[in-house]
Parts: sequence; C-alpha cells; structure tokens
Amino acid sequence: MLVDFFYRLREGGLKVSITEFLTLLELMKKRVIQYEVEEFYYLSRACLVKDEALYDRFDRVFSAHFKGVEDLFGPDGADIPEEWLRKQIELGLSDEEKARIEAMGGWDKLMETLKQRLEEQQERHQGGSKWIGTGGTSPFGAYGYNPEGIRIGQDGSRHRRAVKVWDKREFRNLDNSLELGTRNMKVALRRLRRFARQGAADELDLPDTIESTAKNAGMLDIKMVPERHNATKVLLFLDVGGSMDDHVKVCEELFSAASSEFKHLEYFYFHNCVYEGLWKDNLRRNSVRLPTLDLMHKYPADYKLILVGDAAMSPYEIQYPGGSVEHWNEESGATWMKRLLDTYPKAIWLNPEPQERWSQTPSIQMLSELMSQRMYPLTVSGLEQGMRELS
Amino acid sequence: MSDQRFSGTDRYVATEDLTTAVNAAVTLGRPILIKGEPGTGKTQLAEEIARGMGRPLLQWHVKSTTKAQQGLYEYDAVARLRDSQLGDERVHDIANYIVKGPMWEAFEQGIQPVLLIDEIDKADIEFPNDLLRELDRMEFYVYETHQTVVAKHRPIIVITSNNEKELPDAFLRRCFFHYIRFPDKETMAEIVDVHYPGLKRELLSEALNAFYELRDVPGLKKKPSTSELLDWLKLLLAEDVPAEILSSDDRRKSLPPMHGALLKNEQDVHLFERLIFLNQRNAR
Repeated sequence: MLVDFFYRLREGGLKVSITEFLTLLELMKKRVIQYEVEEFYYLSRACLVKDEALYDRFDRVFSAHFKGVEDLFGPDGADIPEEWLRKQIELGLSDEEKARIEAMGGWDKLMETLKQRLEEQQERHQGGSKWIGTGGTSPFGAYGYNPEGIRIGQDGSRHRRAVKVWDKREFRNLDNSLELGTRNMKVALRRLRRFARQGAADELDLPDTIESTAKNAGMLDIKMVPERHNATKVLLFLDVGGSMDDHVKVCEELFSAASSEFKHLEYFYFHNCVYEGLWKDNLRRNSVRLPTLDLMHKYPADYKLILVGDAAMSPYEIQYPGGSVEHWNEESGATWMKRLLDTYPKAIWLNPEPQERWSQTPSIQMLSELMSQRMYPLTVSGLEQGMRELS
Repeated sequence: MSDQRFSGTDRYVATEDLTTAVNAAVTLGRPILIKGEPGTGKTQLAEEIARGMGRPLLQWHVKSTTKAQQGLYEYDAVARLRDSQLGDERVHDIANYIVKGPMWEAFEQGIQPVLLIDEIDKADIEFPNDLLRELDRMEFYVYETHQTVVAKHRPIIVITSNNEKELPDAFLRRCFFHYIRFPDKETMAEIVDVHYPGLKRELLSEALNAFYELRDVPGLKKKPSTSELLDWLKLLLAEDVPAEILSSDDRRKSLPPMHGALLKNEQDVHLFERLIFLNQRNAR
C-alpha cells in the first residue's frame, strides 16, 4: 500500500527519493507515531515534502490515495464554495429524462465521478447536465433533479463532520504553478534578485589573499572571487490596454520592487505588438512616442529584454504592414520583433495567459515562434525558467 | 521515554504537525529544516527543544560570509605566522592553531545536544552542499592534524531558513522539513496565554481582533507577526490600557495605542492613517 503511495506521489509531480521513502518506513518501524491517519499525514509530509510550495500537491495525492481509509470523503467537501450552490432555478423534468439520469450507474460510480469533476472544475456553474452547481440535471449539486444525485451544500441535513486537514488545502496559494498574487510575489522577487546577482566579473579577494599568503609562509598568493555586485541591465516592455492592465500593474510592481537589484531598469509600453514607436507615459501615448530604432541605438546589446503581454491579437497585427489596430504601421510587427531580437539576443516574453490556452490562439503561437519558444507563463515557476534563460 | 519526546514547553506552543516532525528528527538523529514567516518562532524552536528535553544548546548563526568550514574548525594561519615571527614555541604544533567550530563542539558533547544552524539561506549557495557528508555521517576529517572527528551522539540539528535562496535537493533529502504557518486565532490565544498568563480576557480578545484586522489591511509592507503581537501586548500591559480603547469603534477613528510595536514602517503607518481618514469621512 505504501509503495503505491510512493509511486502516486511521484506521478503527482513530487520528486520523492527512495532514501526519503525508506526514512519514512524506518520511522514507522520505530513507532514514532501512534496509529492515526492525521499523525501519519504530518510525518509523511515532514519526510517526503521539502518545499511548502509542494504541500498542496501532496495534500491532493494524499487525499486521493487514502480516501477509503477513513471514509473521509463527506458531503462537506471543503472545495465547494457556497455561491455555486445558491438556489437559482426550480426544475421540472419529464419522465423520460428522469429515466435517462437513473441509468448513470451505482453509488460508488457517482462518488468517483464527483471527485473527478471537483478536480476538473474550477468555477461556479449552474444549469447544464455535467458540472457541479445549482439547478441542473447533473448528479451533483443542489436543488436540481437527479434520483441518484448527491446533494452538496444544500440547506439542512448537512452532515456535521470535521473536514480533514489535507482536504482544506490551505497551502493552495503557495503552489508555484499559480498566477502571481500578492502572496507569492515575494517568492518571485527572490527569483529576480537571484537573477540580478549572477553577473560574474572577477575581483580581488583581499581577506583570502592575506590568508593564503600567510599560509604560504609569506609568499604572495593572489586569490580572486566572482563579483557579487549586480551588473544586470534590463529593458522591460509592457503591453498596456484592455485585458492586460491588471497584469501590467503586477509586473510593474514586481520589477520596480526588484529595481534596486538591477544596475539599470528601463521600461516602456506598447500595445499588442511592438512597432516603430514606444512610449513611457501612458497618458501621453499618442503625443510623445519614442522611436524604437533610437531605443535600440541608445541601449546596448548587453541589456536583457523582457516583454510582458498576452500576445492575443489578430494575426494581421503581426504579419502585415498596416495591421495595427491603432495606427498605420509601415512595417509589420514581425519585422520589428526580429529587429529587436537581433539587437538583444537575451530576451524572453512573459505571458499572463494560462499556458494551456496558448495553443488555441494563433497569435501566441506566432509570437512564441518569433521568440524561438522563449515565452514563459507569468507564474513563479515561469519567471524562474525565464530568468534561467536570461542569465 | 518522557524526555525522548518533544511536546512544546511552558513557554512555547507547538502544534501537532510541528511536534511530529521534531520527534521524527530526534528519533533518527537527522537534521530538521524549519521555514516560515519571520517572527513565527523558528529560531526559538531550537532553544525550546533544548530546554524542554534538558539538552545543551549550541548556536551557529550564519551570515552571507560564513563558510561551511567555519562550522567544523578554522586554522588560524595569521596567528601562526605572527608566532613564527616572534619565535614562539607553540608554532611547532599545528594543533595549537586549530579553532573548533560549533559543529565540532556539538560532536564532542557527552549527551545528545541541540545544534541550531540559523538562517542557512543567508550563506553562499554552496554552503549546504559543503555540509552534506558532515550532516549525513556526523563525522569529518581534520587535514592539518590528520584526525577524524566523530560525533559521540548524533546531535539534534535544527536548521532555519527564510527562503532567500533555494536549497539544493541533495541537502533537502537528508533533512526533515516543516513549514510553520501563521497561527490561527485559537493557537494565537494559547501562545499569548503562555507568555502573559495574567492577561485580562476582554483585553486579549480585543487586542487579537485589532491585530488580525491590521494583518488584513491590504498593501501593508510588513505584516505584524507573532513576536510583534507579543511586544505590543507587553506595552499595553505596562501602560495598563483598558480594553474599551481597543474596541473596534474607536479603532476606525484612530490608530491603535502603541502602534509603533505593530507597524514597523512609516509607509504602513501612513497607509493606515489614510484608511482611518477615509473611514471618518464615510462615517459623516
């Protein structure tokens, strides 16, 4: 049973090593804990998970694996927000519809499916016949009709039962595949800071030189160390307007908070795609534009270029002259992108859109190709990958 | 058995997940890595394990310039050079210039000691890697004197980190790990009770409300933590502030008394003052 658990953890994306697993078994053998599931949960977490960002993943695997053990899966599932289930529609169904729903399968199957749906579903839903929510014909939810249905969050007859620790999923917002929020902003900042510290020029290490000279009985022995001082210069291009505004605010805050760590940080705005002009002040975007060419001459090639944008636009805006939605551009967006990338070999694109959706938007595909796949999601792990690419 | 297990002390409230992790580390003699928000009692944990179990405590505070070698021993070459210039007799025995570090001292203790390696993330990225073998086998080799130092008892090693640097996987695999969450209201009331047993109940509940409301103010640069709450309560007690002053109606109109203990940043104080101003305007 525990071997299965071990493999499930690895499938779930936790890199648990054999030594860690053996440690857990050794502890079990030494009777460090009594025979309680909760204690076992704490113990296995301390042994197997070494990063609080992975606690949530562990909770999910643990919950999935041990769900039979304590019959812990009750109707009070911590995952279901009340608002999904607010009474909205009273439903009347014909007899044949009822019969069809009845054919869905037994109790066990319903529970299984519910668990699955919960894992898939992320937002409120009502009506319809599949998702969990109110007033539909799905077997799950409240105030709907399904003879075999499971009632969730409905007023009255709720089983008062404590929700298990691992089902509360309190560490969810520490998971680093989520979008940047105020909470994981700090972590992201540390990633940036580390990136900023990686400039490596040599300088004289005076204390070490003295020490090794002394060890050497007075013969001069010069020691060098890599320079800790930050030498990173960053050009930040931000897409503004429409859906991007919230993300841009997050990014600006993020980078300006890290700006003391960079030698230089300059930021400019663009809309959808980069063309011949950029601007610094969004209020005067139409009057004061800086020619992109001047910019490329002003900032040398050792600047690192970070573009932030959702890259969602019509393909014309990238491919054709005159494709821009705002003005007449003499040359296509793709031409300008290539020019920029030729000038700044170290460049990445950060995209706040969830990565799963990238393949469905042609313009994201095109820009990602232009960037030679150096497009990363705007999450903590995406930032980390991006910074690795840049350094 | 009683002193083999750690279950919190009269000064320290340990939650069940924390004691489980600590006891696992004590049983196998492996290091335990503690992370958490600043001010949640990471460093204090080591002191309390030592006190609760009656063990000696050795501390090693890590700085950005600390090297792994310094925890084991240092060879004071400069002193030896000086002695050789002065013709001192001691210079012939290199053992005179070996200075023991905290790990060596921990290895020499007669009973199992507690060794605190504080803020390991402050050091260089290679620092944890340099300690792998020492933490694993609890022994090391002194090149200058050709001797191997082996731990008499595997010390209980408590390592704290503020998450400023990522720690290498090989290092993490040798440790137990625990993340101290910010305590919920009930645990917090327990913690306060442990520190100030005589605190009046209404004062405590008003103070806790004020404190959690303050933590919920969006945009604070540094949220007040447990240690700040405890300091603040101490001040409230010293000034004998009555509970009514803290009640929520008043707070909308003014800063809580002695707010300096909770808000450590003038931008935060300004932000809070602005919020109060807005509240007053809305009230009219």
